[in-house]
Amino acid sequence: MIEPGADRPMHHAREAHAHETEHQHHSPTPIGFWIYLMSDCIIFGTLFATYAVLGYSYAGGPSPADLFEPSFVAWETGLLLFSSITFGLAMLQADKRNVNGALMWLSVTAAFGLGFIAMEIYEFNHLIHIGAGPDRSAFLSAFFALVGTHGLHVTGGLIWLFTLMVQIKTHGLTPANNQRLGTLSMFWHFLDLVWIGVFSFVYLVRLV
Amino acid sequence: MASEHGQPADTFSPIFGRFTLDWIPIHEPILIGTFAGVALGGLLFLALMTYFKLWGPLWSKWVVSIDHKKIGIMYMVLGFIMMVRGFADALMMRAQQAVAAGGSEGWLPPHHYDQVFTAHGVIMIFFVAMPFVTGVMNYVMPLQIGARDVAFPFLNNFSFWMTVSGALLINVSLFVGEFARVGWLAFPPLSGSSYSTGPGMDYYLWALQIAGVGTTLSGINLIATIFKMRAPGMKLFDMPIFTWTALVTNVLIVAAFPVLTATLAMLTLDRYMDFRFFTNDFGGNAMMYVNLIWIWGHPEVYILIIPCFGIISEIVSTFSGKPIFGYRTMVWATACIMVLSFVVWLHHFFTMGSGASVNTFFGITTMIIAVPTGVKIFNWLFTMYKGRVRLELPMLWVIGFLVTFTIGGMTGVMLAIPPVDFQLHNTLFLIAHFHNVIIGGVVFAIIAGVVYWWPKAFGFKLDEKWGRQAFWGWFIGFYVAFMPLYALGLMGVTRRMNMYPDAGWQPYFIVAAIGALIILYGIACTFICFFVSILNRKELACGGDPWDARTLEWATQSPPAPYNFPQEIHVVGREAFWQMKKEKYAFSTEYTSIHMPKSTATGVVLSALAFIFGFAMVWYIWWLAIVMLVAMIGVGIAHTFNYNRDYYIPADEVRQSEAKGTLA
Repeated sequence: MIEPGADRPMHHAREAHAHETEHQHHSPTPIGFWIYLMSDCIIFGTLFATYAVLGYSYAGGPSPADLFEPSFVAWETGLLLFSSITFGLAMLQADKRNVNGALMWLSVTAAFGLGFIAMEIYEFNHLIHIGAGPDRSAFLSAFFALVGTHGLHVTGGLIWLFTLMVQIKTHGLTPANNQRLGTLSMFWHFLDLVWIGVFSFVYLVRLV
Repeated sequence: MASEHGQPADTFSPIFGRFTLDWIPIHEPILIGTFAGVALGGLLFLALMTYFKLWGPLWSKWVVSIDHKKIGIMYMVLGFIMMVRGFADALMMRAQQAVAAGGSEGWLPPHHYDQVFTAHGVIMIFFVAMPFVTGVMNYVMPLQIGARDVAFPFLNNFSFWMTVSGALLINVSLFVGEFARVGWLAFPPLSGSSYSTGPGMDYYLWALQIAGVGTTLSGINLIATIFKMRAPGMKLFDMPIFTWTALVTNVLIVAAFPVLTATLAMLTLDRYMDFRFFTNDFGGNAMMYVNLIWIWGHPEVYILIIPCFGIISEIVSTFSGKPIFGYRTMVWATACIMVLSFVVWLHHFFTMGSGASVNTFFGITTMIIAVPTGVKIFNWLFTMYKGRVRLELPMLWVIGFLVTFTIGGMTGVMLAIPPVDFQLHNTLFLIAHFHNVIIGGVVFAIIAGVVYWWPKAFGFKLDEKWGRQAFWGWFIGFYVAFMPLYALGLMGVTRRMNMYPDAGWQPYFIVAAIGALIILYGIACTFICFFVSILNRKELACGGDPWDARTLEWATQSPPAPYNFPQEIHVVGREAFWQMKKEKYAFSTEYTSIHMPKSTATGVVLSALAFIFGFAMVWYIWWLAIVMLVAMIGVGIAHTFNYNRDYYIPADEVRQSEAKGTLA
């Protein structure tokens, strides 16, 4: 039994006449990194789902209305969103092969990112201090795990950003460094998107 | 022995954490005997390696190699070694249950027995079955698509060594401390800090997390490989079925393993930092864990079996001398299983009490999976129908697979019916069912694959006589060992029992133990077969195409040169190698230099640091954990400063290497 299509003049295996060059296959890095991001997305999805299920289990402890400060979270969100814009500006400079311009905007991005992390550490510290740490209730466990995982990602992104800035400074905007800049940019925007989810579902919805 | 459970007392020192010498199990004769055996074997190995001056080659040709073929072989070696460990656990359980009847307590105390069944499950799934399927995919898939290597060769090496680190951590728990006593999926609250004190549960968590990093990265890597590295002209619907199943499997890995990572991380937070996800108090919900772990766990069983479907497809087609029947339906059936595997998880706990509608939904989705699976079975049968079937070793395993797996699949459909499941939940019927599909499905198919691709990897066939002995040992042993468990399950015997009051069950357990011994014979013959074949490799040498195969991996030398193919192959249509043979195709003798990635030690160094990190976390040795974490980040960053990652194999070298080889 032969399937339709199997009997077409099928195969002509011939050697490559053109020289094999290293760029014959496009780099697999962007698609590989996309797939990684999707797997990371599922980690966040799991934590979001946990927050959805456990987010109302206060165990007699504080609820979101007792803890979250809308203006504080708005500032945090602002910092992260602006850092995405400045990363975009750095990418534009990199496209123009302007090393110093790119490094300048990357520094601004890093500053926004550091500000975001500083605010988050302040918030966590404050919550633990007033007795609303992750051991207080399942709601707070889910909150700390989700927001903390995002924070760890941003921290990792910052380490990557600093490393890459050194590498761009030393080697310039080589193809390898440009590719890294592109993947870090994907990572950074991805974290921004996740934060929009956090902002909406962890803070905003629970405050209205 | 300070506490009633036989655990040393809780102590903490800043230097050694909670480790004390009391945690070395010198009062356990079984463990001391095992340790003596492992130590002697280890010393012998070290001595032989030193005597034959093999350390250098081991390091430079294997450990730091980023060649997908070598990594694939190392995965298989890991799988076989850990299979011995996991099977030793199985023998201990069978030996205990064969005697612990009617008031007898047997010879394994509960504290030890519980560790044994936990270790057996964890090892067999994570460190035997997973390395096996990853190993075969790693070795075969890039060759089948005509690639030089995987998309990210360094990542591949790193993934492998992370898996090894996890396996090492579990083996260390045997001699330093203890292992978890919670069953292979570690349901809380039993696995929480209140009921599982001591390091056993933490060994479980860190071993799985470290190995899980490797698995996820390997999944990403192989997907990118299939999408970006196929030979020019090879469309998705031209890919060999095994490559299709590898694609689906890795999509499942990338979609499911992050759930495991997150879930185990939450349990870790519960245990280490007093989080309240799965605790009985403070609003925690243990069933949340059970749901999440099975959202990973059910796709996981398809991660194990789907590549095996691919192996079976390749072998059936080759040994029937026909293209696979219903190529497209095969692909779509695989894709259907991929999707459906995510909507059946609740059938693992129908007894949770989520109500008739929910149970009905999951019962029906589960039964639906039998449809695409049945499509595959019939496709294999129709491939054989009117073919010239050659009953050589690989085909023997395939027949064993078809018969056994089908039976296992049908008992699975029985379990999918919620009212039936209420009777059979957590009984030995379930145990018999999943061993039926994992041994009869995964193990038989993997060994079939090993026998089939062994000549590809090493250039000689496996010994026929010992190969057949191995098959019959496994095949008969499986039925003798597990059919009694079906019967016991129907009698209501639950799983994980250290002893039982009803002496009437004992004959069944004794038969099961005899079955395990027959499997032991099969395993022994498997290893003898490898050994005898390596000794007689000159006589068994078979050239590049010993099976008259059809897919691209056979188009190059056996074993393949590091670069796989001397020239890129332009593929038109399916069964590329079959077409090449019809056209009497030969590679051009005008060779050009070939661009290849360089070996690197970063993967093995990072994994060694991860192993020490895991060990430090298990024992609360915080300073060491911090040092290791910083070191890992440092080594990772340092690796990115190395821009010099590739080299060229000169055309002359390619010419010499090709002159040695043969194209069938």
